[in-house]
Amino acid sequence: MKGHRIVWSVVAALVALLVAVGFAALAAVLAGSDPTATAFALVSGSVGSSESLGAMVLVLIPLLLTGVGVAFAFRSGVLNIGAEGQFLMGALAASAAGVLVPAFSGQVVLVLVAGAVAGGLWATIAGLYRLVRGVNEVITTILLNFIALYLVSWAVHGPLQEVARSYPQSDPLPASARLGPLLEGGLVHAGLPIALVVTLGVGVVLSRTAPGLRLRAAGQNAAAARLAGFPVRRDLLGAFAVSGALAGLAGAIEIAGLTGRLYERIGSGYGFTAIAVAFLAGLEIPGVVFAAIFFATLSTGAQAMERVAGVPSVLAVAAQGATLIVVALLGGLRLLWAETEEPSA
Amino acid sequence: MMVAVDVVAQGLLLACPVLLAALGELLTERVGVLNIGVEGTMLFGAFAAAVLAASSGDAMIGLVGALAAGVACGLLFAGLAVQLGADQVIVGAALNLLALGITGALYRVLAVGSAGVALLPAIPRPSPEWLGPTVASLHVLVWAALLLVAVLGFVFARTGVGRRLRALGEHPQAVATLGVSVRRWRVAAVVVGSALGGLAGGTLVLGTAGSFVEGVTAGRGFVALAAVVFGRWSAVGVLAGTLVFGLASALQFRLQARDLGVAWQLFLILPYLATLVALLAARGRGAAPAALGRPYRSG
Repeated sequence: MKGHRIVWSVVAALVALLVAVGFAALAAVLAGSDPTATAFALVSGSVGSSESLGAMVLVLIPLLLTGVGVAFAFRSGVLNIGAEGQFLMGALAASAAGVLVPAFSGQVVLVLVAGAVAGGLWATIAGLYRLVRGVNEVITTILLNFIALYLVSWAVHGPLQEVARSYPQSDPLPASARLGPLLEGGLVHAGLPIALVVTLGVGVVLSRTAPGLRLRAAGQNAAAARLAGFPVRRDLLGAFAVSGALAGLAGAIEIAGLTGRLYERIGSGYGFTAIAVAFLAGLEIPGVVFAAIFFATLSTGAQAMERVAGVPSVLAVAAQGATLIVVALLGGLRLLWAETEEPSA
Repeated sequence: MMVAVDVVAQGLLLACPVLLAALGELLTERVGVLNIGVEGTMLFGAFAAAVLAASSGDAMIGLVGALAAGVACGLLFAGLAVQLGADQVIVGAALNLLALGITGALYRVLAVGSAGVALLPAIPRPSPEWLGPTVASLHVLVWAALLLVAVLGFVFARTGVGRRLRALGEHPQAVATLGVSVRRWRVAAVVVGSALGGLAGGTLVLGTAGSFVEGVTAGRGFVALAAVVFGRWSAVGVLAGTLVFGLASALQFRLQARDLGVAWQLFLILPYLATLVALLAARGRGAAPAALGRPYRSG
């Protein structure tokens, strides 16, 4: 069963890649540039050199954490579409903790914790709406995305704006609040090992511990989990909080590791790409690593394509949509075949 | 008094695209299908409307294009999520990403070298002048959308077709035992609902915004989803929900213009916050169709 799922994911990734390349070729022709040069840019710009590989890893870090967050939520029966807003609230809280608090050594811990807590609380709002009011979290998490977007926008025009007040951005975080580079002089920061360790931790919790079992059971059949005496409501709220905290941590790492300051449109879209990452991975945590690498490569390659061949990089978003369509199509076909096979078995 | 009329009229104008999309989503959810791809459907509709209206110089041709784009989105969604029984949330999310990527890329490619898709013809405004300039600014689709509220409300409450549609969302197995094809009816409802979503996008660019830019829908499709919950799955309730959004948007513009010493970004939050606060009173599950979001499998 598990082996099958991996095969399906690889098929989905390959079809999605073909669709993406097809879109890119079409756009290249429409834009009047050479399709071959475009394809070359897509590859060389993502994995062709150590610089482009580094750039790819910088996209991978947030995608990994948000992807794990979304997969964790959906496995637990929480339809969290709000990783984008949780990421933004994480980035906002992390910046506040870095800029407004006087610098002290080890401040980066506070920065990361603030981000995770803010993301977790933001998702918990949607959890409370579901538990208390019965409102579907698909809707509330989406609304919270917009509110987070404008809160960040307000913060960088208002209370968190740089002292010089020339640009809508915060002052840079002090060195004590930053994550250092992994290698001296390298692009990649210490967020990578953090993201990998957290991914491993979530995978272990979900597959090897009692709370993980309860969450997966509730995700598959909430009524049965309730009959089994599981604290379904408490667990559900926990699942909201943890998945939000993962996205919030991603936002904090983006600030502390990469940008060093808050500005509008930060990490724009990672939370939505995370949905494609999670579903391409079949909601399996180990698969999220590969799916995140796939989309990080595609997105960095698309940016190179734009620079070299003038093909709009936003096509990478269309490729994410195409991937989800393929995943849904294959999932539907699997159900259909399972139905037709059952009577004979 | 006149200020109040102005605000209400402006609110209606701003709410109109959301109302059309929400009525489409209401129809979709009533038969038991949750389509979170409304935002993407609106975006495709908006783009089709902008391109066709700009090239033909006729807003009505643009709206027909928006309808067609909506139908195409509906067929894609229904084919996967209804016929095949694929996960409705995934297909909806896919539609949103596809729309953002494809319309964004085409917009950038098409805008290069031409005047772009900037100046668009406006939807006709039939309102008589004596009602005042603001009421007269309401275009024909505002009135059509209000009429549709009445029609849908009547169909759901008083007609056999309406009862069948509601039964599809409450207990599809029971409908199937009557010899009715659940999937076929659901596909039909989804396609009509998506056509309204496409039209909503067209209305947005030709009636409200006046031009197409990347991501022009700015979350209005998601507000439409919220309005359906807020309105407890009734047509009149949906109208109320979209008016909350429209009035909050209208107020936001006014408050921005006043310069009260508060950052304007906070006003942008108003419509979304108002919808979220309104949901506090929603008690959603009590009124939600029982089979909402669950794919129907025969046998």
